[in-house]
Amino acid sequence: MARLEEIVTLLERGDAPLDQAMSLFEEGAKLLRECTAKLDTAEQQVRLLVAGEDGQPQEKAFPAQEE
Amino acid sequence: MVRSTTVLTPSQVSQYIKGFMDRDRLLSGLLVGGELSNYKMYPSGHHYFTLKDGESALRCVMFRGDAASLRFRPENGMRVIAAGRITVFPRDGQYQLYCSRLTPDGAGDLHLAFEQLKERLFREGLFAQEHKKSIPQFPHTIALVTSPVGAAVRDMLRILGARWPMSKVVILPVRVQGEGAAEEITAAIQWADLHQAADLMIVGRGGGSVEDLWAFNEETVARAIYGCSIPVISAVGHEPDVTIADFAADLRAATPSNGAELAVPDQNEVYSGLLNLRDRLEGGVERRLDKERTALERLSRSRAFTRPEAYFQDKRMLLDYQSRRLSHGASACLSGQREQLSALAAALDALSPLKVLGRGYAIARKKDGQVMTSVTQTAPGEEFSLRLTDGSLRCRVEDQERMNRDAVEKEDEF
Repeated sequence: MARLEEIVTLLERGDAPLDQAMSLFEEGAKLLRECTAKLDTAEQQVRLLVAGEDGQPQEKAFPAQEE
Repeated sequence: MVRSTTVLTPSQVSQYIKGFMDRDRLLSGLLVGGELSNYKMYPSGHHYFTLKDGESALRCVMFRGDAASLRFRPENGMRVIAAGRITVFPRDGQYQLYCSRLTPDGAGDLHLAFEQLKERLFREGLFAQEHKKSIPQFPHTIALVTSPVGAAVRDMLRILGARWPMSKVVILPVRVQGEGAAEEITAAIQWADLHQAADLMIVGRGGGSVEDLWAFNEETVARAIYGCSIPVISAVGHEPDVTIADFAADLRAATPSNGAELAVPDQNEVYSGLLNLRDRLEGGVERRLDKERTALERLSRSRAFTRPEAYFQDKRMLLDYQSRRLSHGASACLSGQREQLSALAAALDALSPLKVLGRGYAIARKKDGQVMTSVTQTAPGEEFSLRLTDGSLRCRVEDQERMNRDAVEKEDEF
């Protein structure tokens, strides 16, 4: 997202050589597709994080709490 | 029974008593607990009040400088402890407590502990703004150090899920009140930090009494938050509840829900931000292409492309002009030199010895052509020639006569 902002700013400044501007645009379009796709498909992941027997973090299911 | 016959003025009496009291050890520094009444703040900044118990009342004054450091708002009926000294105010002839510090009594133990710890950690720099870490814009994993049951964790999960489901949430279950709660919270923060279990942490719990929230006022929790390399948002209790953890945290949220809101962006806003970026991206490249297209058109309309022969015409004209300048320059140069030459010839002519001959002089030469300038160069009988203006004479020396130097110069004067 930060890179996307950067690309847009660079393009809007308009002083990059044309071929560079075109590759910036392609990169920006790709990032845009990726960001949008991430937003569209995301589903929240919730885990309980506890220490296992070896003391290392171990993820467990977090029971969904219904009222 | 009157022991003295000296008559004193009220001032003298007041001064006498004042001297007494000022020398008294107890009165020069004491704590007085009582109930506040008749509390007044004067425009001068001084505070006046009375401390009461069942039987008695004590007039008190707190000067502006001391009143400014009050950490709470004194109210009538409040139980307080005042520290200060007692002396006489001579104008009224009344003794009063000059209060330098006023603290609440009762709920006071915890309160005092809170204020003391806050002061100490503040001085130590645990709350320093320059130590605060920034909250990541799009946290990847958020650790919740809180109770796994209750409204607080549900509120946080609901808001995190609605605003930014892209972040993974891990819950580090801890007790948030009662014996051992502070230790569990401290350990969970340090453990998550050790294993870098997240890139953002929310430490908190829902509302409760001052005692319920107390774990978040413990020094160990504050130090764990301060020492944590992962940015920490504190989210304890309700809006007015302020804990030591809040001061130590990188960001203070008013409530757990508010903590969740501060932790992540709103996906709808991000989505419209993306749409905006898309428009700007496309607009940017479109404008750029337009600009290049216009520049190309301008170039193709230029004379070099529309009338290439014009270029050569221009150059030819320039060439003609230069060659005219060249020949003009050359002839000017030649005639100048010619003039200079005839001037030189005239000068040369004026100096020619032939002209001198025309005025009656002659040049004498020996047979070998050597010009004679002295009579000693020849001898009688020797042939020589005389060159006159229109020809030569062959001659022979008859005699030679040498003039001395003076005679020569004399003759020259004629």
